[in-house]
Amino acid sequence: MPTLAHYLVLSAVLFCIGTAGVFVRRNLITILLSIEIMLNAVNLSFVAFGRALGSVDGQIIVFFVMTVAAAEAAVGLAIVIGLFRHRESLNPDTFTSLKW
Amino acid sequence: MTLFYVFAAVAVLASMLVIAQRNPIYSVLLLIASFGALSGLYVLLDAPFVAVTQIIVYAGAIMVLFLFVVMLLNAPHEDTEFDEHVHPLRRPGAMRLGAVLAAALIAELAWALSRTGAATGGDFQVAGVSSVRAIGRSLFTTYAFPFEVTSVLILVAMVGAVVLARRDSGPSVPPGA
Repeated sequence: MPTLAHYLVLSAVLFCIGTAGVFVRRNLITILLSIEIMLNAVNLSFVAFGRALGSVDGQIIVFFVMTVAAAEAAVGLAIVIGLFRHRESLNPDTFTSLKW
Repeated sequence: MTLFYVFAAVAVLASMLVIAQRNPIYSVLLLIASFGALSGLYVLLDAPFVAVTQIIVYAGAIMVLFLFVVMLLNAPHEDTEFDEHVHPLRRPGAMRLGAVLAAALIAELAWALSRTGAATGGDFQVAGVSSVRAIGRSLFTTYAFPFEVTSVLILVAMVGAVVLARRDSGPSVPPGA
């Protein structure tokens, strides 16, 4: 049977993949997807810890994390659409000025 | 045990392919595959409620939102000044620093987990809570206030997304909107 350590290692690997995506990619949508990968890695460790402690709190925190992720995706994608209308680009390096 | 490794391999491979794709549509579809594998892991952890929510909310709602935006913008490929086939460590400037930072985080997490491996070893000692009844009871009693605040958060996010994404329509738009 897989132990808590297995799930924590998997969660750490997924979190690192998400971090690498945020650092390395130059596309706003891919960066938002990498943030979703990181949120899911943290969700996995919440559920694994809740399972190890025999408590329901881990699953409830995951519920709230999913809600916040949905709100973040909606607002973030609206901002991406607004930025794309102005600059016709998704490369974050083109959005360097605070005012246009 | 076999199921754990199958799901873990699918999740890790799909996530790596997400950040390796040039076309965001493939990235979104691969991320849905990764979420499906994670949902299987939640079932293995005796959390069927989270598993179903993962499929319905994440794969069904959030990823469809991403797909809508990718297709709406119609800009599938990254416009970058460097060759996409060059290794990230050999790319110029900030990108090299980012790859080094990600590698440092991987090394640090591996070191931390190798130190705690003995403490967390062994099978799960206690029985898991898998009933949706227990989750609902706790959600509407102990966590009732955060639950209600969440509904306000969703409302704010909805209004914010509509305000941010609409086209400016004449002088009726207040400054700063």
